Formats: sequence, structure tokens, C-alpha cells
Amino acid sequence: MIEYRIDRRSGVATYQQIVQQTKQALRLGLLQPGDKLPTAREVVEATAINPNTVLKAYRELEREGLVEPRPGLGTFVQRSLGNADAAGDAALRAELAAWVDRAFAVGLDREDVTALTTAVLDAREQRTSAPADQAGGGREGAR
Amino acid sequence: MNGEARVGDEGTTPEAAFAANGLGRRYRRRWALRDCAFAIPAGAVCGLVGPNGSGKSTLLTLGAGLRQPTAGEVRVHGLRPGLDPELRERIGFVAQDKPLYPRLTVAETLRFGRELNPRWDQELALQVVQQGRLPLTTRVGELSGGQRTRVALALALGKRPDVLLLDEPMSDLDPLSRHQLMGTLMGQAAEHGTTVVISTHILSELDGVIDHLLLVDGGQVRLAGPVEEILGAHLLLDGAEGLPLEPHTVLEVRHTGRGVSALVRPDGPVAEGWRAESPDLEQLLLAYLRSPEAAPLNTTVPSTPLEVAA
Repeated sequence: MIEYRIDRRSGVATYQQIVQQTKQALRLGLLQPGDKLPTAREVVEATAINPNTVLKAYRELEREGLVEPRPGLGTFVQRSLGNADAAGDAALRAELAAWVDRAFAVGLDREDVTALTTAVLDAREQRTSAPADQAGGGREGAR
Repeated sequence: MNGEARVGDEGTTPEAAFAANGLGRRYRRRWALRDCAFAIPAGAVCGLVGPNGSGKSTLLTLGAGLRQPTAGEVRVHGLRPGLDPELRERIGFVAQDKPLYPRLTVAETLRFGRELNPRWDQELALQVVQQGRLPLTTRVGELSGGQRTRVALALALGKRPDVLLLDEPMSDLDPLSRHQLMGTLMGQAAEHGTTVVISTHILSELDGVIDHLLLVDGGQVRLAGPVEEILGAHLLLDGAEGLPLEPHTVLEVRHTGRGVSALVRPDGPVAEGWRAESPDLEQLLLAYLRSPEAAPLNTTVPSTPLEVAA
């Protein structure tokens, strides 16, 4: 079952942290349709936050069609997130793992790798958002 | 989950769990509380804050029925604390000095709680004690201050009250115990809709925990209401010297080098040039504590009109 980690100094509203962590788990396949979310009591006992905050986060997830409350039973995952199918995901993951191995082999450490991937992602974002760029050069499109 | 129906969900006005009208209490010639009015709804987690000697403990002992008002009225679920006997089992109170019988062991203390309280939850009381690794056979008098606090909270929680009144319960606890016990308190609020009123002067302890606020200062209520509503009624303005603050209610103005920083309750559009942001709970409380003259804000209305004693 998913465990939420609340960072009170992050500046992100607490209920948003729960929403984001749930979505992250859905994207990574750690939560799948039919899985049960922890009850409000379980979350607040572990995190010492106000119960209303958890309910607000769950309502938000419900509004987005991601989870569904079943009275008397709990809140259940309705659908997953992310558009890559499991096979494609696995292939990309394997390629990335091989790349990370090469990066470590040439002496990069974890922080270097993170900085590098962030830089590449940022550069790509800039490229796709710049209107002068050639058309079709990697448009994200609506997912 | 019983906890689904929480305060403020549907905009209905729930029954007030803890309310006062015209409430005053005098010790000899000094008024510790005077003319207090508020209504905290059932199921709320309410922070009771204020400087030392502001009347927090007096208010809680009046709520617990250990003292009676000199003026006005206090009500818990519509009943009179200390006078209506059916209220006794519905209120859990942890006083600041945590009075316990020092010669009883931890286990005997819990048995005492079980025999006195018809709704006793032994599992919960044991869980609170065992979480702190307290040996059940140790005498309460041999425990440390923080460990005694744990036993006092185990007694109050095991009682399964509708309203928990806690007077600075966390002040002598280590950080892990604080987190655990706050979690247990929130769990009870989620599961049973327990109303929790918790006094503290550690403001950071309340952030993310409370949904209602009661600021008592100089024996008077200065802020009362849902936290979101109170925060939403204020703005922190930053800007250059000389920018207009009208028509807002100004609570605090601070001169910061070349600029001005002001906490206001906006009343109309903010003038061009100000940078406006919402204060957080700690900023707001500190500003009110620094400015004793700032106008009070009380958004709670007693759900049942109380008659003020003549």
C-alpha cells in the first residue's frame, strides 16, 4: 500500500503532495486499478496531518476520475496514469539502465546523472516550446 | 470510514462541540477571561494559542468543568461542564501538570481508567503506552515527565471522549513521541469525529494539524474560526514607503529598510505597487501577538443562541 511522505517545508500544499504522490505511484505502476488507498485514519496516524487534508486530496483524485470511494470499503484506484504500455516501458527502462551503467563507468555519480538528465529534459522542453523551431521536431501533442 | 463526514464538507452547520458566550472568570480581583464568545463545531481540530498567562488554561478548565464561570456560559455539546453529569464521560482533559497517582503502576492506572469509563478502549490506551515502550509494571512516580504525559494521554484517549481538551500536551515530549501522539490524535479525529482542542505556544506544531483556530490574548478572544477562512481574510503586503493602505483594516505595519511590510484585512482592491501574498499560520499569529491593538476577528457564531447570564 502507498505510504505518503509529507514535507511541511516544501511550500506545496499538503493535500497537493498527497495528490502528486498518488499520481506518481500511478505513473510508475506502483498503484494499479483495483488497489485500495489507505484510509484517512491510516494516513493521518502515519503523518500527523489533519484528516480533512487527506479527504480533500482523495476528493480531488476522485474528481479527476482516478479513484473511486466505495462506501464502507474504502477508496479504490479506478484507472492508471501514463500512456506508455508496459512492454514499451520495460524497453525504455532497460535502455536507460544501460545508459546509466555507461555513465557510472565513465565516472559520473548520481548527482551528475540527475543534473545531466534534467539539463537534457530542460533543453528539449525549450526546443518544443520555441515556435520558430522546425515543425514536427518532437511535438508532444495532447496525450 | 466513519471519518468521511468532516467539518466544513457540505456547508452545513454542525452542532457546536465547545462554545461560550459572555464567558468570564475572575480570580480574586483579576479577570483571567472576560466576555469570551466562540463556537467550535463538532469534529474540529482546534488550536488554542496565546501568550503565557493569556487565559488558555482557564478556558480549558472551564470547558472540562473543573471550574465554573464567574460570568456568562460555557457549553460542551450544549451541556454545562461540571454540572450536567452525563457530560463527564464525553470529555477527556489533559491538564498541563498531568495529575496522576504516582504510586500506581502504568497497568493499574489504565485499569483505573477502564473501571471509571464505560466507553473505555483498552486496545487504544495500551497502544499509546506501548508505543513509548513504557513498562506496564513501573510506578507512575518513577516515570520521566514525558513518559507521564504519555500515560495521561493514554487515559484521555482510552476514555474515547467526544471532546478532547489538551493543555500543552506536547511540551515535554521528544520529537518522535510528538509525531506519534499527534498521529494518534488525528486518527481518532478521523475515525470517530472526535473534537480536539489543543493549546500550545509552539506555533509550528499546529501547521497542517489544526482546521480551527482560537487565539486568546489578555483574557479575550482575538481570532476564532476555521483556519482557511481566517488566513483567507488576510493579506501580507510588501511595497515602497508611502503606498496607500486604505481602505483596509491594518493590523501591523513594519518598516523594513526602504520598504514597508503590512498585514491587513483587505476591504476592496489593493493599490498598485503592493506585492500581496497570503500569510501562513505562523506569520499571522506572530503579527497578532505583536499587535495587541489589532482588531479581533471572530467568524464563529454560536449555533444555538446562548443566554448571557444577567
